[in-house]
Amino acid sequence: MTEQKPPILRVENICKILGGKEILKSVSFSLNKGELKVLIGPSGAGKSTLLQCINFLIPPDKGHVWLEGVEVQSRRKRDLYAFRQQVGMIFQDFNLFDHLNALENVSIALRKVKKIRRPEARDRAVAELERVGLGDKKYLYPAELSGGQKQRVSIARALAMDPKIMLLDEPTSALDPELIGEVLSVIRDLAQGGMTMILATHQIGFTRSLADEVLFMENGIIIEQGAPEELLSPDACTRSRDFCSRLNELYAENE
Amino acid sequence: MDTAFYSTQLIPALNRGLIMSVKLIIPSGLIGLMLGIVIGTLRTFGHPVIRKVANAYATVFRGTPLVVQLFLLYFGLPNLGIYLDAYTAAVAGFILCSSAYHSEHIRGGLLSIKKGQLLAAQSMGFSTFKTMSSIIVPQAVRRALPGCGNEIIYLIKYSSLAYIITCIELTGEGKIIATRTFRYTEVFLVIGFYYLVMVTMASFVLQKLEEKFRIPGFGKV
Repeated sequence: MTEQKPPILRVENICKILGGKEILKSVSFSLNKGELKVLIGPSGAGKSTLLQCINFLIPPDKGHVWLEGVEVQSRRKRDLYAFRQQVGMIFQDFNLFDHLNALENVSIALRKVKKIRRPEARDRAVAELERVGLGDKKYLYPAELSGGQKQRVSIARALAMDPKIMLLDEPTSALDPELIGEVLSVIRDLAQGGMTMILATHQIGFTRSLADEVLFMENGIIIEQGAPEELLSPDACTRSRDFCSRLNELYAENE
Repeated sequence: MDTAFYSTQLIPALNRGLIMSVKLIIPSGLIGLMLGIVIGTLRTFGHPVIRKVANAYATVFRGTPLVVQLFLLYFGLPNLGIYLDAYTAAVAGFILCSSAYHSEHIRGGLLSIKKGQLLAAQSMGFSTFKTMSSIIVPQAVRRALPGCGNEIIYLIKYSSLAYIITCIELTGEGKIIATRTFRYTEVFLVIGFYYLVMVTMASFVLQKLEEKFRIPGFGKV
């Protein structure tokens, strides 16, 4: 990574207290264009909250976010909506719109937010669904799709907005093991295509092979940060390595 | 049987009343439903102050008898210098009352939509208003439709209160004839039949609407 260019996303000093509990204690990191950073850590560490603070779905109590060197003014509605259009988000439980079929799920934001006319929005939606391998499912409703297909529709929906970065909040955690592969392969294609992403996941193998950097979070702070080879190598004495080997043991027991 | 009574007196009068009833029911039903959607949404997702106002509205119009509301609109408002004719006062009363009930059905529908869809829409840059109008309300209305249909059917029947403030509709026309001829049984049996036909037709339309808006994966397999 060249150091001259400013990071595409910079997050500084994010703090959040929810229900009297300190969920995030001054979290900072930055993301360069084309990078994939992976957020790992035990549940309750604050990974989801952090991701939702980045696009202000949960307004942080303190902290600042810069996109391409410009600070996001989250209090100005117009700026906030414009910022969110540039930041795609994928949720653990898909959150497709139940009353719309796959095609409409992908095209509705193009029409209602980007004000693109119906035929063009439709063409774009078809293209995005084909990109995630769902060209033949465009008229099916969320209830008629498998979990993996739903998550791929939600990725197509985010991609149609031409986001500069994507926030992925445990995109495979709600899926059956045999469906995880199809979603990971879409994410792998995105990473290889140069999409800038921050991904919260428990998929250690995937992290090892694709992450540029691993951020290990616990109790609301990033406690370790580094290349996956450093943090996760078998002879590393890190908290991340510890956590991952415990995850591996769990999976081995289940198999 | 005295067929002349029916063909020359009762049926022409009731048909005249029926037209007035339909003129009362259709605008009250449509505007009442739309206003109910707005009020239900404000009661659920509105700014806290607006939410209080909308809740107060629902409390007042669900909590007082419709007859009282109609009397106040027709006989009370002139004290404030506002004169409504009987028809306008009746329609206004029906809209206010039925929207308060609709708002409760809509609120139930809104509360049943998972918050995740709201987050998903907002994460793509939907404003709060657009999130509501494009994503949340269309689903809530579908879920509220059986309840709202119930309210519309109820409205068809309580439209008969309009004659109390001198807007002579189906029941009013019948009552006049019944008083004059003292043939209450026949007159009110026929009136009841007219309402039954109207309600049956409304139920049919509502059922077709439900089928049209059914989402695969919800309800009937």
